Amino acid sequence: MSEARYSIGVDLGTTHCALSYVDLAASEGEEVKLAICPIPQLTAPGSVEERPLLPSFLYLPHADELAPGDLILPWEAGQAWAVGHLARDKGAQTPIRLVSSAKSWLCHAGVDRRAAILPSEAPEEIEQISPYTTSVRYLEHLHKAWNQLHPEDPLEQQELTITIPASFDPAARELTAEAAQAAGYPHATLLEEPQSALYSWIQASGGNWREQVRVGDVILVVDVGGGTTDLSLIAVIERDGALELHRVAVGEHILLGGDNMDLTLAHTVARKLAAQGTRLDPWQIRALTHGCRNAKEALLSDPDLASVPVVVPGRSSKLIGGTVRSELTRDEVTSIALEGFFPQVDAGDRPAIRARAGLTQLGLPYAQDPAITRHLAAFLGRQAEATSDLEGFAGNLPEGASFLHPTAVLFNGGVFTAQPLVERVMQVLNRWLDAEQAPAARLLEGADLDLAVAKGAAYYGYVRGGEGVRIRGGTAQAYYVGVESAMPAVPGMEPPVNALCIAPFGMEEGSEAELPPQEFGLIVGEPVHFRFFGSSVRRHDTVGTLLEYWDEEEIQELEGIEANLPAEGRASGEVVPVRLSAAVTETGTLRLEALPRGGEERWKVEFEVRS
Amino acid sequence: MTGQSPSFISRIGLAFQLFFRALFNARFAGSATELLAGPPVEKAAPPEPEKPVLLETSPDSALQLLGLMQQEGRLVDFLEEDVAQYSDAEIGAAVRVVHEGCRKALHDHITLIPIQQETEGARITLEPGFDASAIRPTGNLVGEPPFTGTLAHRGWRATEVRLPKLAKGHDVQIIAPAEVEL
Repeated sequence: MSEARYSIGVDLGTTHCALSYVDLAASEGEEVKLAICPIPQLTAPGSVEERPLLPSFLYLPHADELAPGDLILPWEAGQAWAVGHLARDKGAQTPIRLVSSAKSWLCHAGVDRRAAILPSEAPEEIEQISPYTTSVRYLEHLHKAWNQLHPEDPLEQQELTITIPASFDPAARELTAEAAQAAGYPHATLLEEPQSALYSWIQASGGNWREQVRVGDVILVVDVGGGTTDLSLIAVIERDGALELHRVAVGEHILLGGDNMDLTLAHTVARKLAAQGTRLDPWQIRALTHGCRNAKEALLSDPDLASVPVVVPGRSSKLIGGTVRSELTRDEVTSIALEGFFPQVDAGDRPAIRARAGLTQLGLPYAQDPAITRHLAAFLGRQAEATSDLEGFAGNLPEGASFLHPTAVLFNGGVFTAQPLVERVMQVLNRWLDAEQAPAARLLEGADLDLAVAKGAAYYGYVRGGEGVRIRGGTAQAYYVGVESAMPAVPGMEPPVNALCIAPFGMEEGSEAELPPQEFGLIVGEPVHFRFFGSSVRRHDTVGTLLEYWDEEEIQELEGIEANLPAEGRASGEVVPVRLSAAVTETGTLRLEALPRGGEERWKVEFEVRS
Repeated sequence: MTGQSPSFISRIGLAFQLFFRALFNARFAGSATELLAGPPVEKAAPPEPEKPVLLETSPDSALQLLGLMQQEGRLVDFLEEDVAQYSDAEIGAAVRVVHEGCRKALHDHITLIPIQQETEGARITLEPGFDASAIRPTGNLVGEPPFTGTLAHRGWRATEVRLPKLAKGHDVQIIAPAEVEL
């Protein structure tokens, strides 16, 4: 789309969505005209306002709950659902009708992401909705909001970028790309959120970033959103005399974010109140959580405050009589927010239980260890080799280093508005570095904590057009299919599985892996299921590499894939030898295909998002 | 009183009154002459005093703003409650709710700037032709501008109002709906 007037960035967040744009015609070089697009939405029944953020909530009202016209939007007389501000507010009072954290469900391998399963606690009469459809609804709302405000330059004709967690697996990426298609984003590109945050930092520096980083730097991006924590490592190298950025590693998907912190604080205060004989209802807990977030920020930013009052109104019209007063003390905030979520741990510490325990849970697989610093230790430890292949990095990491040594840190997410949390992460990291005689890491200043992801996405669309520096790196995992080994079956034991590499680490967008020599016999007309694996550390496996055993830490099982051969031109039941081909699309999704021997055909292999 | 016809007796009293006033009060005599000449016909109309125009404001946006203050800051609940029975500490706790919420509602919907940028207590001079609706001189108010005085209050000016758009038929009289928990 060379005629696009704008590059639009969509931050499709777990708790909020945001829309930003770069005016391509008015931007040149480092002079970039970037803005946030306000999003009209229902803020109360029948009342529409523009807000910079669209809360990622969807509410399914009862037929008698609202007056006609209460769900009106500037572009729609009324839908059967509400998204945004009103949805969040209504949902606080009627949680059984509220869909929240749809994005976390979208990458939850234990459930069918296309099945109507949300709200997960809904009683039978409520017509549920799928995590996938929920994402479509949010994207549709943003689409219509943009078109409402820019009727001359409809969204579908602009350069489009949608952000996703770096830890999204191929199936979740595919679902996001499909949701974008369904919502009328014809050629959107996916961008990892930590990369987007770095792009935003680069853009905001107005060219000055080249003075703040140097060749040989390893930038750690710590992105703690409302509900997820995303970690990435980006190395700075030199190529043809210019600085180049390489994303060398991404972390696991950690369902742990700022909201968990505020909720933990709220429950601490609620316990204090309960001890005094005051019980709060869920509606009040929500108000309390909000109050605790403000109190936390006040306490963490002013070292002289010993405590901050937290008040929660009752629901009745007796405001004074119904208001409950308590307070949050410095000790509580320090012990919970700092010591609970960012404890002083050692570089060798690991989260108590693996973040992604099983694939069989029904609820969301929340991180079981709340200590973000321990997740960080695990990530850096696992990625100790991440830069060893990079040009010019060979001798940077000293012999015997137990983890990868970052030299600079960029923070993202509203949580880090509280400066002591930034200082704590830097302090912990620098203690680890000091213990291995490495220089302290620098803090990259000037990040926009709340809107960086949306802004960076719009800027990325501009950079893709040829202006400015790009972050390279390709896929952050190598991918494998499970192949039953030829060992004789042992009664009572599952046949051992070998992993065949079909896509190497670091495949760039728009590239295709070579074909592995191994063939599989597929039965025409019958779906064939393969187990599917990914590794974020095996950087040297090439297509065709067959692993007979591996360390659980090295390779994780993803949801399976399924090949379904159409019967056209073949007899049903016939066995066709095929090879599996992998490619990374321009959008940024992984495409798997089955190629029959000696034929020109290509059959799509689907991710089994229906479990 | 017009249109009434006084009785004969009272008319005698009135005639005497008119006689003596016309005799001793030159201005009254002038008016009486005009009265006797009858109503002026199409005379260059005496400059009719400009009719005061008071505009009726639509209650809709007032109710809407009140609704927003209630929704965010429980303002109506607070004002309608009897504060006499509560201690200052209890009222103080509730005021935090009202203050935080109403402040948010105010900032979300109305942009305010101080009219005078000087700090309060500073000496300032009002030049001739100052905007009397935006600046109100008080106290020893004599003579002609420029006036010099102490800035007692900086004033506020709403530079932008952003009220939510409403669905047709939306009932703004509902400041807060009744809530029924099922």
